[in-house]
Amino acid sequence: MRRYISAYFEDEENLLRATKDLRDKQLSIQDVLTPFPIHGLDPILGFKRSRIPTIGFIGGAIGCIIAFGFQAWAFVVDYPLFIGGKPHFAIPSFIPITFELTVLFAAFAMVFAFLIRSKLGPGANNPIHDERITDDRFMIIVDLDEAGNQDELVKEILLKEEAQEIKVKEIDK
Amino acid sequence: MYVSPIREPLVTGKKTYKKITDEISAPIEGKPGKAWYAGITLTVSALLLGLAMMGYTIWEGIGTWGLNKTIGWGWGITNFVWWVGIGHAGTFISAILLLFRQKWRTSINRSAEAMTLFAVMCAGLFPLIHMGRPLLGFFVFPYPNTRELWVNFNSPLLWDVFAISTYFTVSLLFWYVGLIPDIGTIRDRMKSKFKKWIYGLLSFGWTGSAKHWQRHESISLILAGLAAPLVLSVHSIVSTDFATSVIPGWHTTIFPPYFVAGAIFSGFAMVLTLLIITRKVLHLENYITVGHIESMNKIIIATGSIVGIAYITELFIAWYSGVEYEQYAFLNRATGPYWWAYWIMMTCNVISPQLLWFKKLRRNLVFTFILSIFINIGMWFERFVIIVTSLHRDYLPSSWSMYEPTMVEVGIFIGTLGLFFTCFLLFIRVFPVIAIAEVKSVLKSSGDQKDKSETKEKH
Repeated sequence: MRRYISAYFEDEENLLRATKDLRDKQLSIQDVLTPFPIHGLDPILGFKRSRIPTIGFIGGAIGCIIAFGFQAWAFVVDYPLFIGGKPHFAIPSFIPITFELTVLFAAFAMVFAFLIRSKLGPGANNPIHDERITDDRFMIIVDLDEAGNQDELVKEILLKEEAQEIKVKEIDK
Repeated sequence: MYVSPIREPLVTGKKTYKKITDEISAPIEGKPGKAWYAGITLTVSALLLGLAMMGYTIWEGIGTWGLNKTIGWGWGITNFVWWVGIGHAGTFISAILLLFRQKWRTSINRSAEAMTLFAVMCAGLFPLIHMGRPLLGFFVFPYPNTRELWVNFNSPLLWDVFAISTYFTVSLLFWYVGLIPDIGTIRDRMKSKFKKWIYGLLSFGWTGSAKHWQRHESISLILAGLAAPLVLSVHSIVSTDFATSVIPGWHTTIFPPYFVAGAIFSGFAMVLTLLIITRKVLHLENYITVGHIESMNKIIIATGSIVGIAYITELFIAWYSGVEYEQYAFLNRATGPYWWAYWIMMTCNVISPQLLWFKKLRRNLVFTFILSIFINIGMWFERFVIIVTSLHRDYLPSSWSMYEPTMVEVGIFIGTLGLFFTCFLLFIRVFPVIAIAEVKSVLKSSGDQKDKSETKEKH
């Protein structure tokens, strides 16, 4: 059996303070759901920096190598063709396409990484806890132990920050 | 974050988060008014005319256009460059202004990006039709074929293929990634089961989880970083279509920066034309404030002045180069048979935006609207002047000629205007015109609440 507690705040400042308190008390926060990104929440929740920029760099590097390599191969090795007396290995005129494909590959790599890692996509069936969290509610879901020893402590912290609709839920697992 | 109290608020009307959601979603939930139906009837008729003329061109051939041996590029390429230029404002607003942390972009980026996509669609149609056999359009891509030939990687026309298709794709990704949370908002508001299902599908199962937001922020920033040089590259590459040729009036190194400035100039003019109407019709005056219009007008002065300096530099360099063909090309532009086009361009692009130095005019909506139309016209004539006046009198006087468009070309142009405005009218009914989540995130720092806790709704 898994137990957790859910509540919502009407202001992100309350959410930030409550989250900090809960983390300080070593309680496990399952998720925080908000209508817009809250600045300063990531370090409190202890998130590591996203690796999306790295993925973008790798994607871009692959695009860059493929584009430049392919143009050079096609014009120098596969079919050297004289065009207006220009050199076959014409680096400057390969640059525009190389740049465009670098950007294209990086963009696709990042978007796919974002969707796959976040389990988002057409037909993704993520549970929607409350329809108001995409509007004006800041929801927090805190894990509880099975014995129920943490219930009071969590409720106290949440109430101190004017949390509403505090609900304890149990799921058989 | 501290924001000076004398700074003009970006969101007025003492909004709460809930109010923002309600007001921005209203056009999607309500029934369209008479104005919308009248608008879409007009734009769809224009689109149908365009489609008929495109069909006629493809059936009969390019001979239906007013082109001749001397002037091989006329309205078709003029319209192509004009549309691509208009497509520059959206990504400029959302990418470059994001990197410069300009908060006022949050109210206008969504609609400007949508405009970018529609404008690039219109632009892409022209080279495709201009090929004469659009069904063989795929020949432009380097795919293994039985002719055993590759495309010419040294040609700016091929760079264009890559630049514009990449620009469209990356802008689409950027726009859609930004839309996902807002589609989630719409999904959660929809009452009808069918609509909920559709928006649920489109929202990709967005939940608003903190980890998702962190990745979303990260991807938005890096995509902006990539899109910023991309915007600048696209019109630079378009300009090399001209600059790498040996036609007097085209063969100049000033073209890339001059084209990019012109593109942003015309793009912002189109954004103003559309948003001044949209904010009124959809009652979004509290989000797209006069302050936003003023900020855009400032960008118009900056880019318009760059364009003006570029025109004058071109004239100076033509004289200073001592090349008689170059000198004649510019003399012919200003005083030749197409003098009227040159002077329309000069008046609309160089003189009229200078009026915006007056604060009163910058903040005057009617004036701005009229001016934005002038700039749209002026920038169209700039491309016409560059293309037609340079071509019509080249090196050999025996092949000098004149060009005028046929009804078919005019019809296709009207058709793309129809396509653009039809897409925009459908867009405002289907997706939120303002980035809801982004506006909420700047509300506390840039709203007009005196007491910042007013954003909280009391129940």
